[in-house]
Amino acid sequence: MTFYEVTFYVLALVALLSAILVITCRNPVHSAIFLVLTLLSVALIFLQLQAEFMAAVQIIVYIGGIMVLFLFVIMLVNLDVAVRQAPYNRQRWIAGFAALVLLAEFALFIYRGRDWAKLPPAAAEAVQPNTELIGRALFQSYILPFEVASLLLLVAMVGAVLMAKQR
Amino acid sequence: MVPTWHYLALAAALFTVGVIGVLTRRNIIIIFMSLELILNAVNINLIAFARHWGSVDGHIFAIFIITVAAAEAAVGLGILIAFFRNRDTVNADEIDLLKW
Amino acid sequence: MPASFLDAVWLVPALPLLGAFLMLLIGSRLSNKIISWLCCGTIFGSFLIALGIFRDLLGLPATDRIYEKIIFTWFPAIPYITDGGNAANFQIEWGYLVDPLSSVMILVVTGVGFLIHVYSIGYMAHEGGYYRYFGYLNLFMFMMLTLVLSNNLLTMFVGWEGVGLCSYLLIGFWFLKKSASDAGKKAFIVNRVGDAGFLLGIFLTITTFGTLSFTGINAALASDTFAMGAPAITAITMFLFIGATGKSAQIPLYVWLPDAMEGPTPVSALIHAATMVTAGVYMVARMNGLYQLAPTTMAVVAAVGALTALFAASMALVQNDIKKILAYSTISQLGYMFLACGMGAFAAGIFHVSTHAYFKALLFLGSGAVIHALSGEQDIRKMGGLWSKLPVTGKTFVIGALAIAGIFPLAGFFSKDEVLWRTFANDVGHGDLFTKILWGVAMFTALLTAFYMFRLVFVTFFGVSRVPRETAHHVHEAPRSMTVPLMILAVLSVVGGWVGIPAALGGGNRFEHFLAPVFASHVELGAAEHAHSLEIGLMVFSVGVAVFAIWLAYYFYIRHTEIPEQIVYRLPGVHRLLYNKYYVDEIYDAVFVEGPVLGKGLATALGRFDLKVIDETGVDGTAWLTRSISRLSIWWDTWIVDGAVNSLGWLVWALNWPARVLQTGMVQRYALWMATGIVLFLLYYVQRYILGS
Repeated sequence: MTFYEVTFYVLALVALLSAILVITCRNPVHSAIFLVLTLLSVALIFLQLQAEFMAAVQIIVYIGGIMVLFLFVIMLVNLDVAVRQAPYNRQRWIAGFAALVLLAEFALFIYRGRDWAKLPPAAAEAVQPNTELIGRALFQSYILPFEVASLLLLVAMVGAVLMAKQR
Repeated sequence: MVPTWHYLALAAALFTVGVIGVLTRRNIIIIFMSLELILNAVNINLIAFARHWGSVDGHIFAIFIITVAAAEAAVGLGILIAFFRNRDTVNADEIDLLKW
Repeated sequence: MPASFLDAVWLVPALPLLGAFLMLLIGSRLSNKIISWLCCGTIFGSFLIALGIFRDLLGLPATDRIYEKIIFTWFPAIPYITDGGNAANFQIEWGYLVDPLSSVMILVVTGVGFLIHVYSIGYMAHEGGYYRYFGYLNLFMFMMLTLVLSNNLLTMFVGWEGVGLCSYLLIGFWFLKKSASDAGKKAFIVNRVGDAGFLLGIFLTITTFGTLSFTGINAALASDTFAMGAPAITAITMFLFIGATGKSAQIPLYVWLPDAMEGPTPVSALIHAATMVTAGVYMVARMNGLYQLAPTTMAVVAAVGALTALFAASMALVQNDIKKILAYSTISQLGYMFLACGMGAFAAGIFHVSTHAYFKALLFLGSGAVIHALSGEQDIRKMGGLWSKLPVTGKTFVIGALAIAGIFPLAGFFSKDEVLWRTFANDVGHGDLFTKILWGVAMFTALLTAFYMFRLVFVTFFGVSRVPRETAHHVHEAPRSMTVPLMILAVLSVVGGWVGIPAALGGGNRFEHFLAPVFASHVELGAAEHAHSLEIGLMVFSVGVAVFAIWLAYYFYIRHTEIPEQIVYRLPGVHRLLYNKYYVDEIYDAVFVEGPVLGKGLATALGRFDLKVIDETGVDGTAWLTRSISRLSIWWDTWIVDGAVNSLGWLVWALNWPARVLQTGMVQRYALWMATGIVLFLLYYVQRYILGS
């Protein structure tokens, strides 16, 4: 097992554990911190997958933007009372059961298709710099979704400001 | 090389955790966070397959998912703040105004 | 001058009807003068047409003097099988039959009626309700003329009832006076009892003959299908006669006539002397074909007539009210008419009807003049010595009294003598002894008639005046409108009998010959044509009896006025019996009005029937039924109709239930459903691709 592979398994474990901790903590701030950890792990997994651009984007946007936003909102919302209330709702058992059944189905599909999902031998060496490739693809083949996404962001920005501002 | 299906298994596990979080927790903020987990699981899937096939389409898709996730998180939290101002609660099962 | 008065026969009843109708509509707004001219004019018009009809009838050959005019069909023809198994067509038309009998009747009715109308102008001049009086009077004339002119039993019955109604209205004219309204009711109710019999007679006629028209009945009789004394005929004639006893005041239904004197005097003259009460006699005469086939009924008719004549005359002896005396006299004279009909001498009966109309109307109107002169006094004990003060009234009154007493050659002599002679001589199978007894009763009654009549004359007009001082000042002769009719009637009372001078005295008896076709017998009557000498002998005897009675009255009430009081003193029981009218009214009251079985008991039972059966079961029951049905309807509407509609709504609600249950408003629940859905979806693929292969 090379170092390359070990990093994946370590990061996978960290990600999984911190994800479980995200959904188990009573205090939302704690959950947020653990989510940051999960996102970080995922970014590093991206790196391990030779997707350095994605890793950067993950850290900058997700952790730097979204999680900061989360923390701001947690601060705005008074959660002293919420911490003391029951963390789980009435449908937790059925929901848990359904989710586990879902997991079982996923596992079944993945395990049955594992031969099909092996790496093809040829593409093991070709590693190109991501950024240029992504840039080219984004501004040539995927220009339209790009522009639409910017529109989406504009709308979301206006909407968020409208929803959150004081009357 | 790590077989691709290992990445898929991780993604599946993260997805399931996210689903459990969405369905089970009462606090809306935690639900939002679980939702981000789900999206990240999907991202892992996409990047893994991008490497499997050697194409960059997976990356592009993942970028857009992150973009949309950001927008949705912003708007959603904006709504949450507005709602909290009126109802003074962030519990999902106390927000049932649209029942029949 | 129309081509034929016969065609205008419908005008005879129509004119008075028009008068009555106008009085009803606008009478209250007209002046007395206009009312008088209008209502007397209608009757005068009818009288002129009646004269024209008489002239036209005379123009026809003697055997062909029948004219029928149909106005409209009331009941359309219905095929009918009679009791005898014959097929008949039952139809009622409103039609008028003109023949010698009806022409005589309409002449008497319109002529005497006209004179009484004129008299009423003066008599009722100061009374209230002038238009009402004349309206009723004209209505009465219409009804009476309908009765007399009808061509069938049903429309005759319409007139029969109509005159009863008008009689009630006019007797109770001063309805604010209790005795008057009571008398009106009594007249109507007693009449009704008779009418029940009349109706039964009509029904039997329908079943026996299948028709009610007189020509139809006579045609059926002419075909000789009915034997003498057939039970159906006897029954019909008995029932019809019961009706006649009610209308014509015979035993047992005469009790209303004395009370009817509560009405105005002209009403008493017209209705209760000259016209209405003769309707029964007219009916018997009209149905003479049937009566001749029922000797049993004829015997009953004759006996009842004679008995009533005697009975009433005995009561008239002791009455003290002018009008009551005349009322009993009317009953008695009506008895004579029925006696004549019962002995088969129908023409004699009708002859007496006409002469009686003249002198009885004269007597009543004369008494009205006396009452008018004495400012309303009717008790003869408070009269006397009025001869000088009321010359016209007195003279005409005496003429009328002589006529009714049957003094030759006044009208009453000829008619009454005809009745007496026919009673003595006719052979209709009643048996000799029976007829002789009847003749004796009639003769004795004639004595009584002359006696009480001249008692009235002497006590009222002659002797010492017992008039109270205040009224004595105002005694004056009646106005011309009242005295002229008196004079005309007096003339008629003298000459009215001269149309019927019998063969025995050298006359042609034109009256009887004129009416002969109507009374042609279908069965051999065997009318005895005794020697004329016997007839003349009996005439002399009856005149002698009358003169004797008049002298007796003179003796009792002018010469020795203390004798009547002595008789009363000697025979108090007899006097009391007669004065209290044999207590008949009291007996009727005890049995039929207050009596536990027939009177109060029956009335209570009927009342309870009306309350319980008709009101409670019928009316309330219908209401209850309606309400129950409505409750059913409500139930149906609420549960079935509304239920159908509501259940549709419920169906939508029920179908919606799963969707509603899912709409908890809780987002996480929705997310769970989505997750569950995905799980199941994937389960399908698991089953297909993993487990299968």
